Amino acid sequence: MRVSLTVNGKDRADEVEPRLLLVHYLRDVLGLTGTNIGCDTSSCGACTVLVDGESVKSCTMLAVQAEGTEVSTIEGLASDGVLHPLQEAFREHHGLQCGYCTPGMVMAASSLLAEHPHPSEAEVRVGLEGNLCRCTGYHNIVKAVLSAVAP
Amino acid sequence: MIPASFDYERARSVEAAIRLLTERGEEAKLLAGGHSLLPLMRLRMATPGLLVDLGGIRELSYVRRSGDDLAIGALTRHCDLAANELARADSPLLAHVAGQIGDPQVRHRGTIGGSLAHGDPASDLPAACLALGASFLVAGSAGERRIPADEFFRGFLETALRPDEVLVEISVPRHAEAGWSFQKFTRRAQDWAIVGVAAVSDGSTRISLVNMGSTPLRATAAEEALAGGASAEEAAARAADGLEPPSDLNASPEYRRHLASVLTRRALEECAAVT
Ligand SMILES: Cc1cc2nc3c(=O)[nH]c(=O)nc-3n(C[C@H](O)[C@H](O)[C@H](O)COP(=O)(O)OP(=O)(O)OC[C@H]3O[C@@H](n4cnc5c(N)ncnc54)[C@H](O)[C@@H]3O)c2cc1C
Ligand code: FES
Ligand code: FES
Repeated sequence: MRVSLTVNGKDRADEVEPRLLLVHYLRDVLGLTGTNIGCDTSSCGACTVLVDGESVKSCTMLAVQAEGTEVSTIEGLASDGVLHPLQEAFREHHGLQCGYCTPGMVMAASSLLAEHPHPSEAEVRVGLEGNLCRCTGYHNIVKAVLSAVAP
Repeated sequence: MIPASFDYERARSVEAAIRLLTERGEEAKLLAGGHSLLPLMRLRMATPGLLVDLGGIRELSYVRRSGDDLAIGALTRHCDLAANELARADSPLLAHVAGQIGDPQVRHRGTIGGSLAHGDPASDLPAACLALGASFLVAGSAGERRIPADEFFRGFLETALRPDEVLVEISVPRHAEAGWSFQKFTRRAQDWAIVGVAAVSDGSTRISLVNMGSTPLRATAAEEALAGGASAEEAAARAADGLEPPSDLNASPEYRRHLASVLTRRALEECAAVT
C-alpha cells in the first residue's frame, strides 16, 4: 500500500505493508533511528514524534494512518548544526543521563509548549506523563523544559 | 511486537464503511484512533482480516448543540473534546473526563467513539456517558437506530453494536447547571483507573463506576438509597452492593469495593458543592 507524507519537511512516498508501524517506517525504511522503541505496551513514550504538530506514540500508529500528514522527529529539530532551544536546554540542565528517553521526551515537550506556551511546573510534569525516564528522576527534565519557555 | 497481516481500506464515508463491514463480515474491524485496537493487535490478541480506517472521515469530528442535547461526532478526539468550549459549558463532566484519559499522546489519537465501542469496563468515557444518561446514534446496513447508554454495554469488551454498525454520534443532555464529579483513582501517572466514579445530580442523582465489573455500570444500590432519602455517606456505603469487581495486580475485589464507597462519597460531596 502506498503512503505519502512529509517527514521533517521532506516529501516521502513509499510502498509499505498496512501492518507497518509508523515507528518502524521511520527507523527501518527512512533510517531515522533517533526515535526509540522502549516498550510493547504503548506506555513509555520513547517513540514520541509529532504528527501535524501534535505528540503521538509512533509505535501505536500505522504508517498508513500517517497518509497526508506532516511528521516531525528528533532529527528535524536542529537546523544547520544549531541545536533547537529545547535540545540546548536538556543539555544545559542535565535533562538526560543514558539518553534513551530523550528524543521522545523532547518531542513531547515541544508539543506541550506548542499547546501551552507558558506552563507551570505542575503542568510540565502532567504534560510529560506519557513519557517514562528510568534515569533522571524527571527533575532536571522539568527544569530544562521550564527554562526553554519563551519569556 | 508487530501485528499479524491484514488488509486495509480507508473509508471515505460512513456508508462506505458499512458496505465494507457488510461485505467482509466478522473478520472486518473499524479503526478510529487505534489506541485500544492497535495495542491488542500488537499482542496478537486481535487479528482482524480487514481494518476499515475511519480516520479520514473528518465530518465525524464535531461538538454541537442539538435541541436540549449536546451532540458529539464519534471521531472527536479526547483532546478536542477536553478543550471544546461548548462541551465545557454544556457538559463539563464529559469535557473533564476526556482530559483525564491516559496522557497527551493518547488524547491526541483516541476518539470518543472508539472508547465507547471498545466497551472496556476500565475506560473513563463509558462511565461518564452512563452517569449523563447519554444515547448513541448508530448506522448499519439496516439503517440508523439510537441506543441508550444503559443498554449499550453488554459484557466484557462487548456492546450492542452489530458487526455491520458504525457508532456515529453521542448525545448527552446539556446540564450546565447540574452538580457533577469524576473521581479517578490511579497509583501511577498515565494509568487507567483502579476504580473510578462519575456522578451527575440535577434533582435525581446518577452514579456510575469504572472498573467495578465486566462492563461499565451504574451504582444502582447507591442511587436507590439516595432516592429513598439516605445521606451521601449512607448511599456511598452501598456503592458496590451486588457488584463483582475484578481482581488484578493493582487491587483485590475487597479493596475495589472499599475504593468504590470512598470515591462515591467524595463524588456525592463534590456534586453537592457544585450545585
Ligand atoms: C497508554 C494508554 C493509556 C490509556 N489510558 C486510558 C485511560 O486512562 N482511560 C481510558 O478511558 N482510556 C485509556 N486508553 C484508551 C484510549 O482512550 C483509547 O483511545 C480509546 O479507548 C479507544 O479509542 P480509539 O479511537 O483509539 O479506538 P480504536 O482503538 O481505533 O478502536 C477501538 C474499538 O472500537 C471500534 N470502533 C472504533 N470506532 C468505532 C465507531 N465509530 N463505531 C463502531 N466501532 C468503532 C474498533 O473496531 C475497535 O474494536 C489508553 C490507551 C493507551 C494506549
Ligand atoms: S515504544 Fe513505548 S510507547 Fe511507543
Ligand atoms: S535518561 Fe535514561 S531513560 Fe531517561
